[in-house]
Amino acid sequence: MIDWTNANFLPWLIPVPPLIASALIFLLFNRSWFLTTLTALAATILSWGMSLAVLLRALGLAFGDPLGGSAFSSQIAWMDTGTTQFNIGVLVDPLTAVMLFMVPLAISMIMIYSVGYMANDPRRERFFGYMALFAGAMLTLVVADNLLLLFIGWEVMGFCSYSLIGFWFEKESAHKAGVKAFMTTRVADVIMLIGIVYLFAQAGTLNFRDIFFNHEFLAELASTPALIFGGAISAAGLIGVFLVIGTVGKSAQFPLHVWLPDAMEGPTPVSAMIHAAAMVSAGIYMIIRMYPLLAAGADPHHGIYNAPLMLMAYVGAFTALFAAIIAVAQNDIKRILAYSTISQLGFMMAALGIGAYVAAAFHLITHGIFKALLFMSSGAVIHAMEHGEHHAHAEHHGEHAAPIDVQDIRSMGGLRQRIPVTWWAFLAGGMALAGFPLITAGFWSKDEILAEAWHLGVGGEWFGPAVFVFILLAVAAFLTAFYTTRQLAMVFGGQPRTAAAEHAGFVDPEHPTPAAQAISGFMQGPLLVLAVFAVIAGFVGVHPDFPLLGAIFSPYGNPFHNFVTGTLAEEMPKVAFNWLPVLISFLVALGGIWAGWMVYWRRPLAAGQEDPTKVALDRVSPALYTAMQRKFYLDELYNAAFVRPAQWISDVLVAQIVDRGIIDGVLHFIARAATVIGETFKRFNRVVIDGVGDGIPSGIARFGGWFRQLQSGQVQQYLLMALLSALVIGMVVFVRLIGRG
Amino acid sequence: MVPLWMYLVVAAALFCLGVFTVLARRNAVAILMGVELMLNAVNINLVAFWRFVTPATMMGQAFVVFVFVVAAAEAAVGLALIIAIYRRRQSVVADDANLLKW
Repeated sequence: MIDWTNANFLPWLIPVPPLIASALIFLLFNRSWFLTTLTALAATILSWGMSLAVLLRALGLAFGDPLGGSAFSSQIAWMDTGTTQFNIGVLVDPLTAVMLFMVPLAISMIMIYSVGYMANDPRRERFFGYMALFAGAMLTLVVADNLLLLFIGWEVMGFCSYSLIGFWFEKESAHKAGVKAFMTTRVADVIMLIGIVYLFAQAGTLNFRDIFFNHEFLAELASTPALIFGGAISAAGLIGVFLVIGTVGKSAQFPLHVWLPDAMEGPTPVSAMIHAAAMVSAGIYMIIRMYPLLAAGADPHHGIYNAPLMLMAYVGAFTALFAAIIAVAQNDIKRILAYSTISQLGFMMAALGIGAYVAAAFHLITHGIFKALLFMSSGAVIHAMEHGEHHAHAEHHGEHAAPIDVQDIRSMGGLRQRIPVTWWAFLAGGMALAGFPLITAGFWSKDEILAEAWHLGVGGEWFGPAVFVFILLAVAAFLTAFYTTRQLAMVFGGQPRTAAAEHAGFVDPEHPTPAAQAISGFMQGPLLVLAVFAVIAGFVGVHPDFPLLGAIFSPYGNPFHNFVTGTLAEEMPKVAFNWLPVLISFLVALGGIWAGWMVYWRRPLAAGQEDPTKVALDRVSPALYTAMQRKFYLDELYNAAFVRPAQWISDVLVAQIVDRGIIDGVLHFIARAATVIGETFKRFNRVVIDGVGDGIPSGIARFGGWFRQLQSGQVQQYLLMALLSALVIGMVVFVRLIGRG
Repeated sequence: MVPLWMYLVVAAALFCLGVFTVLARRNAVAILMGVELMLNAVNINLVAFWRFVTPATMMGQAFVVFVFVVAAAEAAVGLALIIAIYRRRQSVVADDANLLKW
């Protein structure tokens, strides 16, 4: 009998409640809003509770000893593969444990929030079914102990993201965004699957610990030439590159990031889910998880890089800056956040590329929390704006006939006094994103990445990957602080720029029904919870030598580092404390916030006024801002380079030439040939076979027709004939008798 | 004593008369009478051959008696058929009874 209170088995149960909830909602409860929300919330909170139990156990705070270098794991035989068995199981090592802190927390908050957000949607039950499935898939991925189970969760999430991004499928753009997300990630997933298969072929197992704790195998893999490009890259390197490409798709890195901004078409809780709790975090989680393999044969702490690490470092750093630049010029409240997500994921990717393993994991956790918070806050803002828009119309009887875009931050302004709870939540999340020094989670994790990059850059070669990463990330951090402040100022600062913003969050005093309230308690509660975490979550990873704070929060060394490094076979080297990167962190964060303050908060944008950044950039080149706003025309480029050719190929080449021309041609030719042959046979049949077949009976019939006339019915004729015959026979007999003589 | 050939000539003549009667007459009763003539011609032959060839045995006479009996039976059946046809068709002409044909 399995003891489910045992920490080795408990992880099996963590993904189960949401999956069951999803099935129940889809199959049974899809008519009942009450049962649906009850099931979904109960399931996610149950998972959360179990995750917390596992986490506390792992930390040694309850039920026993801390996890240390060991792990909770159990396996079952899943499938016999020839002489070996393929096992699947669950694994809770320190990395999983910290994910089990962030993911179920964010999922539970998002679920609670969704109850308020989706309350008036006609398909809200279906929404919860998909969300529960999404949550179950993400939790499966987190607790998986092998790459295949991880990939299963990965793909189920891919499907859920497709369904949820295109949830409002009546909108053409939402439908297209769903397809785009699905197709883009699919491209990466196929390559990742090839990597998984290659790894399995080499290792004979996909179990994380079996692979990562086997030094001889990793060393051998790193020295084996790869199947393709064998001269330039090792087998480990090729597998690593394939896996990284999978993450590039899932975590929306350049050049496969295009799906993420479009994914804003989904309901806002979905955005929070995709951006924070699941999906894109899964990509980074996977490469953090696979780091020992990716780094096989390399030692970034001593300036030795291999192909996957270089790829991660350059792609991540470039994406971080690239997305931050685009975010500066966006006006959709959710799109700004989308690009900030891409940018922050780039931070993590780059950190991992230079070997800042713990820093990447740290930023993944803090980012998950504050990005979930930001998206949910932006959803609250959108709700408030929709309410205000509705109210403005009702009050002025269609005077403001032209409907405004409720997600456009240029139509907002002055929401601080109207939705104060959301303002504080958004402020906490935004400052964490901007990396406001000392008191936000984002500062500590971002600072750690920059500190590691600095450390490795100073020690390494001139303009090696670490230097590249440091410079790009520092600039990106500055821009992040700038556009976050811009967003805060445009949404909450100044005076309302439209009637909708004027009436936003307005609770009609004459009709105080719950529906009239723009932002319900279901939505505000999770915001406050996450806002608290967005501030305090960073304190688990303070550098022990940091003045004052280090002594308070990390008296025995950086707790997060000490805990997570137990995931790996070897301890990650700790970076010595250095003032310079911290100062640069201060500088870029505060500089960006100050710049945003000066431009957007001090002199709030008036209605219809041109964006000051645009005005400034237009002085340099008018094309620049437009290019930023159009995301550097990547969508157009992909459309021209991939979508249009693919459509052309399918339409002209495949449909017209291959299908209608060749395949149909062959088919028609065969059909016609068969017809001709058949006709020939038919004629042959008619003339020869039927001729013989019909000829014999008709000949017999003709003969019979003639011959039957012998039977005339005249008795005397018969007798005459008999007589004549007798005479003839008699004559013959007589003649022969005589002849015999 | 009358030689054998004379008997045979008379019998042959009688048989030819019978054949002619059977083939030429239209009346079915007459045809039956023709048949009787032919039978009796054969009877003459039988008796003549018995007397001249094997007078020691009685086979020829016995044979003739059988022919009488069969002829009588044949006449009885034949006449009965003719009466039955007549009742149905009001005719004793053999050509009219031609149902059994192609």
